Amino acid sequence: MKQLIVFIKKEFLQVFRDKRSLLLLFGLPIAQIVLFGFALSNEVKNSKIVVVDYSKDAVTSQIIRKIAASKYFNIEQSMQSADQLQAAFKKGAIKMAVIFPANFAPNLQHTGKASMQVIADASDPNVATTVVNYVTQIVNSYNGQLSSLSAQPLQIVPEVQMMYNPELLGAPNFIPGVMALVLMLVCTMMTSVAIVKEKELGTMEILLVSPFKPLYIIIAKLTPNLLISIINYFIIIILSAVFLDLQVKGNLLLLTLCSILFILTSLSIGLLISIGAKTQQAAMMGSLMGMMLPTMLLTGFLFPVENMPIALQWFANFVPSRWYFIIVKQVMLKGLGIASVWKETLILLGMCVLLFTISLKKFKIRLQ
Amino acid sequence: MITLNNIDKTYNKGSVTALKDISFSVKSDELFGLIGPDGAGKTTLFRILTTLMLADKGEATVNGFDVVKDYKQIRNCVGYMPGKFSLYQDLTIEENLNFFAAIFGTTLEENYDLIKDIYQQIEPFKDRRAGQLSGGMKQKLGLCCALIHRPKVLFLDEPTTGVDVVSRREFWEMLKKLKKQGITILVSTAYMDEAKLCDRIALIQKGQILSIDTPAKIIESFPEKLYGIKSAKSSGIFKLLQDTRSYPGIASCFAFGDSLHATFNDAAAKGLIPYLHSKGNNDASMEVITPGVEDCFIHLLKE
Amino acid sequence: MQPVIITDKLTKHFGDFIAANELTFEVDRGEIFGFLGANGAGKTTAMRMLCGLLTPSSGKATVAGFDVYKETEKIKRKIGYMSQKFSLYDDLTVSENIRFYSGIYGMNYEQIKKKTAELLDELQLQNEAKNLVRELPLGWKQKLAFSVSIAHGPDIVFLDEPTGGVDPVTRRQFWDLIYHAADKGVTIFVTTHYMDEAEYCNRVSIMVDGVIAALDSPSNLKKQYDTDNMEDVFYELARKAKRKAD
Repeated sequence: MKQLIVFIKKEFLQVFRDKRSLLLLFGLPIAQIVLFGFALSNEVKNSKIVVVDYSKDAVTSQIIRKIAASKYFNIEQSMQSADQLQAAFKKGAIKMAVIFPANFAPNLQHTGKASMQVIADASDPNVATTVVNYVTQIVNSYNGQLSSLSAQPLQIVPEVQMMYNPELLGAPNFIPGVMALVLMLVCTMMTSVAIVKEKELGTMEILLVSPFKPLYIIIAKLTPNLLISIINYFIIIILSAVFLDLQVKGNLLLLTLCSILFILTSLSIGLLISIGAKTQQAAMMGSLMGMMLPTMLLTGFLFPVENMPIALQWFANFVPSRWYFIIVKQVMLKGLGIASVWKETLILLGMCVLLFTISLKKFKIRLQ
Repeated sequence: MITLNNIDKTYNKGSVTALKDISFSVKSDELFGLIGPDGAGKTTLFRILTTLMLADKGEATVNGFDVVKDYKQIRNCVGYMPGKFSLYQDLTIEENLNFFAAIFGTTLEENYDLIKDIYQQIEPFKDRRAGQLSGGMKQKLGLCCALIHRPKVLFLDEPTTGVDVVSRREFWEMLKKLKKQGITILVSTAYMDEAKLCDRIALIQKGQILSIDTPAKIIESFPEKLYGIKSAKSSGIFKLLQDTRSYPGIASCFAFGDSLHATFNDAAAKGLIPYLHSKGNNDASMEVITPGVEDCFIHLLKE
Repeated sequence: MQPVIITDKLTKHFGDFIAANELTFEVDRGEIFGFLGANGAGKTTAMRMLCGLLTPSSGKATVAGFDVYKETEKIKRKIGYMSQKFSLYDDLTVSENIRFYSGIYGMNYEQIKKKTAELLDELQLQNEAKNLVRELPLGWKQKLAFSVSIAHGPDIVFLDEPTGGVDPVTRRQFWDLIYHAADKGVTIFVTTHYMDEAEYCNRVSIMVDGVIAALDSPSNLKKQYDTDNMEDVFYELARKAKRKAD
């Protein structure tokens, strides 16, 4: 018994003297509580919607007022034409459109029934369902109010249309997220570990003391991961098409080129991590904590970025997968072209160039 | 071929001194030994010369090139076998050799004559993975990989550590043969007995050079007469040691295998044997002996 | 008195490979026994069986009177162990290490306090008591490790290449500690690559290819092989193996 206590005492001493494990033991839970408790949530607030009122009567105005008062919605400037609506949806500028046809109130009075259109962007089915539910609740409660005041039962029927993903499949939202995650994971972790392994084994020393240019060492380490990631990308595309019935609606070449750009960006991050890490374990931890976690939480496929505190939203802009996720959604799901994604592509390109420049400059040609 | 001038190196922001004011040179075609225990600074010195680390102060050149400015040229013409290294464990002997040949822009065939003697000893196992080789074989493979491009200078950092006696002897035979091929060799080792196999040696401890010269001259410079004391009884070394140490005229006394090596103050040597006899060591005997490198090292450590 | 180690045809195979082949020998109390052999000759396997860490495939052996098959826990209480690769925790202080190992072996609070003071005094490490072991020079680490390994008063201590890479003076100081311990009756079972250290032993065994090729006092071995140093003896025996092994 005494011996057990002695051993346990030693374990405590060793744990508290290892700064890295302390960070993990205390830092991580605190970070998680803060993040999950305050920053990340599935609630959808301040969604941008558009209301089109062809009737402009007392009933529609009242409904619109209730919608405007809700914390869940931000009504954008009114649009009149169907083309404008289409364009807004394509850009991802609005999440939902509520359209009241002409003669809404008169129809309601005379026939006891009036329908309104609710169109939602279902590329993220969770968000779409949620906002449609919010609007439906508002309409229903108003409906109830009206009915209690009149003799006959009145029914306001929202006709819901889910765009881009009428069946509300989870896949269309998840697949782009999975693509970003998988490519990021392979590239950063495998690359950084492969480079650090040479350092740990001692073979890096011999390689450096040779005419072999350090640049070639980097290229040699990056190439297998680049090829494997491209193959992975195609596997995901094929599997999505065959098993999840999710084809690439837009230009496959454009999507592939952007994916390669993202892969290169992730590789450069792996390279950067390998420069700082002294052991394979440190490289793996750096990749997990440094890249996997932000990618999972801040890309936008698990938690909507728009609902996070401003500070976190700002931080999310530095995560490459956030931009890649947008590109994939626009091209793969909405079938859009370069005109819609040039901004994100440019940002990704900038990140890629910057990261490579930094890591190449910092690559150690000496041991210290 | 190799020169060092006032080289200083510290770690941990100056709190650990690895090398202090090191200056010496190695001639062409010399087999030069760097002799000292763990922590003496041997590996640090090697890393500075092979351009893997920068010294805090001082200059060094290898084959006429400066280790800081001309590091690329140095990396082209030296062979390096780091201490406790491991080649690629998952590759076979042949694959390792071909890889390193390609890295150096040459092929196994091109310089085969240089490594032939060594390679032939491991050639029967050329399809075995490096991870499954014995210590002696790994060492031979490492040497071949370091020689594959016919370097002008060979840096071997503790190549015989952890290797059995037989392989150690064979290794030094190989080094002597290499020297004849016009390759300058700088070897480090913690085994004092290997010192006498070198042309010249530097004794190093705690980052400082204790002495540099040929083994013979270092031995000559041993300042006092060294005596070897033996007891015919096989198991009595400890008692002999204690008794000898308690002798008033003794200056130093250390165990060396089956005998003691001792130095005396003034002319006190004569009185030792009677003293030992009086203590019950009836078969103790003493004679003057030639010091070895280890004796010199111990003596220099005292200062 | 009964020998501290008795083995009778002790054997261990791993599949087809016979690591240790019918080892038969005895070690007396207070003896300094050198256990030599090339890497891969079977030394580590043999030592592990004697320490109770590896179950033999066949044959018999007792250590400190206890059977290596059935009484390994009792053996472990009576032995000490130190190897070159690991003996002390780098991230604990000198005193913490002493306290830990003494506690593991069941010493009570009073005994540990006394022992700690004794050790620090003997090794002159009083000023370093609160320093982390990783800050000690290698030689001091090894000396401390040895003292810690015998702190609980074992009958026999196994030393696996304890003096590798250490400077010549420290090496001899280490052997002073070994001599003192042997004087007090602790049996020393040591492996080493330094052939001059083989001479410090009362008897030496040399393993080649899993078999004990020679076992005798250094002086008898030297006479037998007609040479004046142990290295030549070893070389003669190991050389024959090299033709078979690799």
